[in-house]
Amino acid sequence: MPGTQEGHMQGFDRKGMAARLAQDIPEGWYVNLGIGIPTMVGDYVPLDREVIFHSENGILGMGPAPAKDKIDPWLVNAGKQPVTLRPGGSYCHHADSFAMIRGGHIDLCVLGAFEVAQNGDIANWATSENDTAPAVGGAMDLGAGAKRLWVIMEHTTKDGRPKLVEACAYPLTTPRAVKRVYTNLGVFEIVPEKGFVVVDLAPGVTLEQAQAASGAVLHTQ
Amino acid sequence: MINKIVQSMADAMAGIRDGSTVLIGGFGAVGQPDQLIEALIEQGAKDLTCVANNAGTGRVGLAKLMELGRVRKIICSFPRSAGSVVFEDLYRAGKLELEIVPQGTMAERMRAAGAGVPAFFTATSVGTILAHGKEEREFNGRRYVMEHALKGDVALVEAWEGDRWGNLTYRASGRNFNPVMAMAADLTIAQVSHLRELGELVPENVHTPGIFVHRVIQVDRGPDWA
Repeated sequence: MPGTQEGHMQGFDRKGMAARLAQDIPEGWYVNLGIGIPTMVGDYVPLDREVIFHSENGILGMGPAPAKDKIDPWLVNAGKQPVTLRPGGSYCHHADSFAMIRGGHIDLCVLGAFEVAQNGDIANWATSENDTAPAVGGAMDLGAGAKRLWVIMEHTTKDGRPKLVEACAYPLTTPRAVKRVYTNLGVFEIVPEKGFVVVDLAPGVTLEQAQAASGAVLHTQ
Repeated sequence: MINKIVQSMADAMAGIRDGSTVLIGGFGAVGQPDQLIEALIEQGAKDLTCVANNAGTGRVGLAKLMELGRVRKIICSFPRSAGSVVFEDLYRAGKLELEIVPQGTMAERMRAAGAGVPAFFTATSVGTILAHGKEEREFNGRRYVMEHALKGDVALVEAWEGDRWGNLTYRASGRNFNPVMAMAADLTIAQVSHLRELGELVPENVHTPGIFVHRVIQVDRGPDWA
């Protein structure tokens, strides 16, 4: 398990977070990975574990990034980066692609977030009610439609404010949708009527440290 | 003989009126009908409502159409992205209306328009500011918002192959919004990289049947897209 080598920081680095989440994806799941850290999760699912990656621009069975001389300009992921198609993969149009999402066929969606609340609310598209031109993309479809929504994000903002909170301050993407949160400090399940429950903590992180970095109570089972 | 193939961009753009709603295919640069957008700029129609996933990048294509003051309103899911400078300037100056629609709702609204479905209910956006002012109903214990079909006067789509009946195929992720836009407009204009003889496209592999397409024009996308 990769962890940060920097002495002043504890817990997972971004690759470590992605690898930790990837451990929990079983063979056979159809999975949509959001832009940013979520995209990195795909790098840590071994190819012999058949997890089928979906990209909302109409790709099912997406493979890793191509070598530079093998780039196909017609084949990009939702982040508009070049990708490949695995044997068995297929293409579809946007309405069918979102039918996979909105019709509840996607087993897991992994998104980044600004905030996750203890009731499972996620805010990840607009930074205030006054942000009049935010980009929602497919986030609301994924939040409402996927069978499971897991969030992967830093535990706090760059200036140290908690992102695990009692109630989201930013406009919601989807209410009561998140089941799990993977951060640099650990893994947290959201249990109805209870809130954040610690699944496990990153190497070198204590419960006290994780609690101090959180804006809501972290329960231990 | 039915022949939807046109030889000039002027013929392709003929009759597009001021005030039209124009559906523009593509996801980023992939599957985006660049040559048709340039032709629309030439053609001159103004006061347009444009429906596209993104609000243009740089100062070409859709961004140029907006910069020329020809777009009254944009309907999209992801307006602000790297390089969306024209959109941001116009929007901040109050010179452009914006309707933000979740990406799946946008696709489904056009599919519905093409299928004769005037409105539908979806769980997407329930409990968010994008559901404000929309009718909500509960089905089987879950809340849904009503969304209206989104119909175009014109659709500009990009395909890989086309024939004189208007049958189209798309290449890889270049398909994206193009098929739903093709079915949702009164006048669908397709730019294709390759013209095929009637009967040459494998019937099982036609992605957009010709009934949804009114004009086809061959374009040279250049070596990068060959």
